[in-house]
Amino acid sequence: MKPCPYACHSAEHTVARRNFLGRLALGAGTVVGGLGSFAQPAVAAALAKDQKRMLVINMHGGLSQLESWDPKPGTTTGGPFRAIPTSVPGIHISELLPHTAKVMHHLALARGVNTKEDDHGKGAYKMLTGRRQLPGQTNPEIGAVIAKCFDSSDKTLPGHIRVTPGGGGGRSADSAYLGPKYASIALDGAKPPQHTIKPDNLSDTSLAEQNAFRRLADDHFLSRRRTAMMDAYVQSYEQALELMKQREVFDLSKEPAKDHERYGKSDFGRHCLMARRLLEKGITFAQVSHSNYDTHNENFNFHFEQVGEFDQPFATLVTDLYERGMLESTLIVVLSEFGRTPNINLYYGRDHWSKAWSVCLGGAGIARGAVVGKTNATGTEVTEREVDAGHLFHTYLRALGLSSKGNFDVAGRQVPMADPAMGPIKELLA
Amino acid sequence: MKPDFKAAHVSAEFAHDAPLITGRFDPTGKFVFAAGEDRAIARWELADAKKKTVFTGHDSWVFALAVSKDGQTLVSAGGDDTLIWWPAAAEKPAPLRKVTAHKGWIRALALSPDGKFLASGGNDRLVKLWNLADGKLAQEFSGHELDVYSVAFHPDGKFLLSGDLLGKVQQWDLATGKSVRVLDAKELHSYNGGQHVHFGGVRGLAVSPDKKHLVCGGLHKASNPLGNVHEPIVQRYDWETHKLLKTHLADGLTKSAVWNCLCHPDGTLIAGCGGGSGGHLLFWGKDDEKPAPAFKLPDMVRELDLHPDGLQIATVHHSRKLRVTKLAPKPPEPAKKA
Repeated sequence: MKPCPYACHSAEHTVARRNFLGRLALGAGTVVGGLGSFAQPAVAAALAKDQKRMLVINMHGGLSQLESWDPKPGTTTGGPFRAIPTSVPGIHISELLPHTAKVMHHLALARGVNTKEDDHGKGAYKMLTGRRQLPGQTNPEIGAVIAKCFDSSDKTLPGHIRVTPGGGGGRSADSAYLGPKYASIALDGAKPPQHTIKPDNLSDTSLAEQNAFRRLADDHFLSRRRTAMMDAYVQSYEQALELMKQREVFDLSKEPAKDHERYGKSDFGRHCLMARRLLEKGITFAQVSHSNYDTHNENFNFHFEQVGEFDQPFATLVTDLYERGMLESTLIVVLSEFGRTPNINLYYGRDHWSKAWSVCLGGAGIARGAVVGKTNATGTEVTEREVDAGHLFHTYLRALGLSSKGNFDVAGRQVPMADPAMGPIKELLA
Repeated sequence: MKPDFKAAHVSAEFAHDAPLITGRFDPTGKFVFAAGEDRAIARWELADAKKKTVFTGHDSWVFALAVSKDGQTLVSAGGDDTLIWWPAAAEKPAPLRKVTAHKGWIRALALSPDGKFLASGGNDRLVKLWNLADGKLAQEFSGHELDVYSVAFHPDGKFLLSGDLLGKVQQWDLATGKSVRVLDAKELHSYNGGQHVHFGGVRGLAVSPDKKHLVCGGLHKASNPLGNVHEPIVQRYDWETHKLLKTHLADGLTKSAVWNCLCHPDGTLIAGCGGGSGGHLLFWGKDDEKPAPAFKLPDMVRELDLHPDGLQIATVHHSRKLRVTKLAPKPPEPAKKA
């Protein structure tokens, strides 16, 4: 295949996506970025029937580890909630998660997370990119990385979707140097993307003629000066047309009534059902936000309310992915920007705490039922197997069969996919 | 002796090992009890703060206490589904009876005016009535849509009231077990669409001594529930018509909530108030919009109770202290030796 004549001569674009796939199938392991990042070439061959996917549940605001994955009942920091046994002997989690406790054998816990970042924005950045935020640098979020690595060139729908209350339907800037193609599209809850319905006063013929004219203009421009920005422009229009054609992918009413009932009436329940639908329809990465856990005030009342809302839909989603044969290929991660203080403040609140908290993982490539890391009796410090966001980021990539030590080739510059100073948490990998 | 609210002062302090959650006087006036974040209940002799006894038996925090009229039985309500009956005055108290009463937290208790029944309400959205003598379930009331925060008996003993997180107050007919009507104290509840949380609730619930008014206390103006930005409020309704008669507020307490409120026998409304604005006891006459006066305590108040003498108020605090505020002028300082 002839290299594209990019005006910027970007090495990033000297290899087309189809070429990535072709090289991978031939076992060329040196290609950086794209599917060349697979640790095992055989994984690529299996993709057609076993498409890798990732689901992130973002517990926005900072889920308390003590009211979820690492309870400390009966201690000065434990709060009022008790711990309950799970389907994995020896693992206890908060009593606020009775449904999740029953699917613990599909999940694993990292209980020694120390991200050393107590700011909401910086903490979220670190957890989603695996790197500390530095001035003048941006890194792609995990969703963009996963979409970049797994979306084939014939995939017409976006590979990176966030389901979030109030999402505007537009593209975010979370793909950094990977380009806008891999930036997330934010769905407003369980609604299809905005502006994907053809206006009534626009006929099919007119629309076709408009697009034909646009394509002619694009081709003319591309033949003279092709840039990554121009490609993104073309791709955005073409993908928007596909979104209009495939709008039913985002139509939650197509799911059976009994499933709506199983997931519950809450927004989060509907969003989990939407996530299942997206993953089933071939979307590579789906992120569902659950808000809000920033409980400086009345932490226990709010966690009772919020974790109670999270528990059943999440457990239902895990169960469905398992029963539909998707859990082997779908990595699940439940994360926050940080945890919450073991200390209970005078308002019954807990404040920001990144020094010792937990992340839940499950599904593809994960050692189910594993607990890695430990905190002390009152949860104030990590005492065993401390890990940072970078270790987790490596682990996500490895769990999906990618080489986390690989590089993206950005304009000729080799950019490590994950923080090269860190590595995966091997005990969490199957 | 009449209370002198303007002369309120802290007359005694009782120390515990953990932040305190709730407290109650013994109706005989000998003891005061408090429950802490260590799951324990402390009992002090009012006359001697050093005479302290600790009760242990719950598997969670204790959110409510009730003491029988004769002062012999203490019932504690935990976050562990459980009510525990204790010998209130025993030297070495051990549980007399444990009853799995609710699913999850039991947030509120109240004794019936005749002292024979105990009402409980909790996060399972249920209200239950128990025979105090044997711990048997007498009635169960369902109808709340969210957590039950408060329970109170009408003084004539015919009705039980329960308030919830949504600001709804159910009036239950004890003869039939049915809901008679619902008062919607909606200003005490808010749903924050940005934070996706319900907040507020009827935290204090009382009927005036003349039985003419129903009083609901809590918080309003909750612009940031997760960040403790809200203001205290108590609303006084006409018992017969449910018409809102008065909204009692406290200027300047922009980070505070009413954690409980009660009616003094002389008709004064008393609220225990706490938050980022500190701790206060607020006193309102029935026509007062603003408290007259507000008594500032050293730190945030989490609960209050009125001594049977009507002259002492117990408040519990995060600072591990139970304080008794006396509604009377301070006794004169002993004369210093020359």
